[in-house]
Amino acid sequence: MKFLPLLWAGLWRKRTRTIFTLLSIVVAFVLFGMLQGVNAVFNNALNASAVDRLNVVSRISFTESLPFSYLAQIQSLPGVAGVAHQSWFGTYYQDPKNFVFSFPVDPVLFFPLYPELQLPQDQLAALVSTRTGAVVGRELAKKYGWKIGDRVPLHSVIWTQANGSSDWNFDIVGIYDAPNDPNQAVSFFFNYSYFDEARSFSKGTVGWYIVKVKDPKAAMQVAAAIDKRFANSADETKTQTEKEFAQSFIKQQGDISFIVTSILGAVFFTLLFLTGNTMMQSVRERVPELAVLKTLGFTDGAVVALILAEALVLSLVAALLGLAIAAGIFPALKSIIGEARLPANVVSLGIGVAVLLALCTGLPPAWRTTRLNIIDALAGR
Amino acid sequence: MNMLRQIRAVTWMNLSSIPQRFGTSSVIVVGIAGVVAVLISVLAMATGFKRTIVATGRDDRAIVLRGGSDSELASTLSREATLTIMDAPGIRKDSAGKPIASAEAVVVVDMPKKSTDTGANVTIRGIGAAAMALRPEIHMVAGRMFQRGLRELIVGNGAQAQFKGLDVGSHIALRGSDWTIVGAFESNGDSHESELLADGETVLSAYRRNLYQSVVVLLESQDAFAAFKNSLTTNPQLSVAVMREHDYYAKQSQRMSNVLSFIAYVVGGIMAVGALFGALNTMYSAVSVRSREIATLRAIGFGASAVVLSVLIEAMLLSVVGALIGAGLAWIFFNGNVVSTLGSNFTQVVFRLAVGPSLVVLGIVWACVIGLVGGLFPAIRAARLPVATALRAV
Repeated sequence: MKFLPLLWAGLWRKRTRTIFTLLSIVVAFVLFGMLQGVNAVFNNALNASAVDRLNVVSRISFTESLPFSYLAQIQSLPGVAGVAHQSWFGTYYQDPKNFVFSFPVDPVLFFPLYPELQLPQDQLAALVSTRTGAVVGRELAKKYGWKIGDRVPLHSVIWTQANGSSDWNFDIVGIYDAPNDPNQAVSFFFNYSYFDEARSFSKGTVGWYIVKVKDPKAAMQVAAAIDKRFANSADETKTQTEKEFAQSFIKQQGDISFIVTSILGAVFFTLLFLTGNTMMQSVRERVPELAVLKTLGFTDGAVVALILAEALVLSLVAALLGLAIAAGIFPALKSIIGEARLPANVVSLGIGVAVLLALCTGLPPAWRTTRLNIIDALAGR
Repeated sequence: MNMLRQIRAVTWMNLSSIPQRFGTSSVIVVGIAGVVAVLISVLAMATGFKRTIVATGRDDRAIVLRGGSDSELASTLSREATLTIMDAPGIRKDSAGKPIASAEAVVVVDMPKKSTDTGANVTIRGIGAAAMALRPEIHMVAGRMFQRGLRELIVGNGAQAQFKGLDVGSHIALRGSDWTIVGAFESNGDSHESELLADGETVLSAYRRNLYQSVVVLLESQDAFAAFKNSLTTNPQLSVAVMREHDYYAKQSQRMSNVLSFIAYVVGGIMAVGALFGALNTMYSAVSVRSREIATLRAIGFGASAVVLSVLIEAMLLSVVGALIGAGLAWIFFNGNVVSTLGSNFTQVVFRLAVGPSLVVLGIVWACVIGLVGGLFPAIRAARLPVATALRAV
């Protein structure tokens, strides 16, 4: 503890230099926090997928629809606990910018398969009994100020009604919550029966099926059995676990984690170079002072520890500041990337990186001090 | 004149001492190279994507979708509607008097990507008889054209490069029917190169559909668009959206290139702030190392402005060198790289990253701004050094 003032004096020896070095490390950790946080949002979406649910899509492409008659056939296969279906409705509210993720479902089949979506029993009953009823996620309702009892028109970019109109009216009869992940409380579910009766084409088809398996360990066998059941038919299927499906969907966008890692690589290489240089310069300038310390009886180890401690304090303070700023920025990005928080593991990873950074930049100059010849160093030679 | 000579003398002295301060000077160069490399690579993605999509559209072609749909995949047009559209005024006719127009069926097939081996959506475009006259930019580079009525496909060279199993001669199963790839084509680097083309009727029958997605027409001239559009939008039997092909594709590329530009400027901007601190550090230490030299110069009659300018010039020169290195890295690693992402049709668009002169200029401008700000404050400190104190300093 008695060396703290010495450490402090060393850090503030060149005030401007320390502040600028600190700030450039802060900047790097702001980027680190933000990019890793965004990455975590994607990974959360993956981890949220249940292990006991399968997605059944058309083998040709998930944009192709499947016949409604598959419902009963999948249900009758061994190992299947429940089946539901969803379709892509493709809608916006009032303005094309306000995209709404809306899906026609059979509520009686659908909600039991998704225990993470919490909908009060009476609201589910209201949805079943109201032809044009709809239930919306808490976040979505908040965004547009919708309440139970509101009549909401949505414009579908795909589906027209038999009368040629692309505008569909719904009555909101319920609001569901997704306590574990607010990003899931943004969808709009309504009755498939209303949809199928009113649409002008593709009647009797659904977008994809969701299958709940009795035993998650047997998921692969059930998936294979489903695909086998429809093999060589006109509508062959591809069955994947929910996680595989989400992964392949994210991969279609391009390799996001690759881009994030490349940018971070560039940032940290640059940063390492900047701080490393400054640290070495600082030690070089202080050679006579360090020689004085050694003359006074400081061991090599103590001098090394002193220099390393300086580097550690600098990079840890900067890392924590940077991560705190990144955490503060996230709420401002809500409209772009959805509900995102700085995950705890990113914070601990950041601290690890900061320690590594301090070691990388502090060790080479510290090592040099162990080989100092005191006489030469004192003379400033 | 005297002033200019002073600046030249001091600047030259500064620059010739750079090798002795190689470590600290390289901080500016490397910091800025990092910023510029990231900025240019991400923007190269945005430019490449936009270029590919926008090149697909021509001003004298128009595309007709169902009213209210924003992309081909979301649109449906009945057979009767496509016939009515192709009869509208303003469409150029071929020598036989038939309109140069194509009713198109757009379907999607899941193909494995070469890079990740995971499935990705690829467009199959069923085209009409006049489609080749409509799009003279499409020409075969291998094999032959498909025959109408047969289950044959031709593949764009972009799709061929990105996805597995699309070589000429290979087979694809679609809804239980077997299709052969008989040729490969180029299309001026536009988004059709990411697609497979086949006969429209045959595609519809294989997918057991009866609805087309769009009609593309060649206009008599650019000015014929208004008349063509009017005749369709005033027809009570139709509910269609009529757009110039160019406008349609420009809109399609908007969202993606906005997102990429946003990332480029946010990440690049944050990195630029970091590099700025690095530059300030370097120039402050450059000035403090040379405070005696500077004081000597001032003592023998060099002006303060000569000292300020020489420091600024040094900072800017180092920054420009950094920018050129960063641009060079981006160019070496990314220029011409072929990547693909999901386009608005929910299908893959293959495009090339383009590091062009305008991006390099942008990078140099950023670097100069960082260099200017990073050099300014140290330069002012250098000019304000009290001569007598600085001369005594050890």
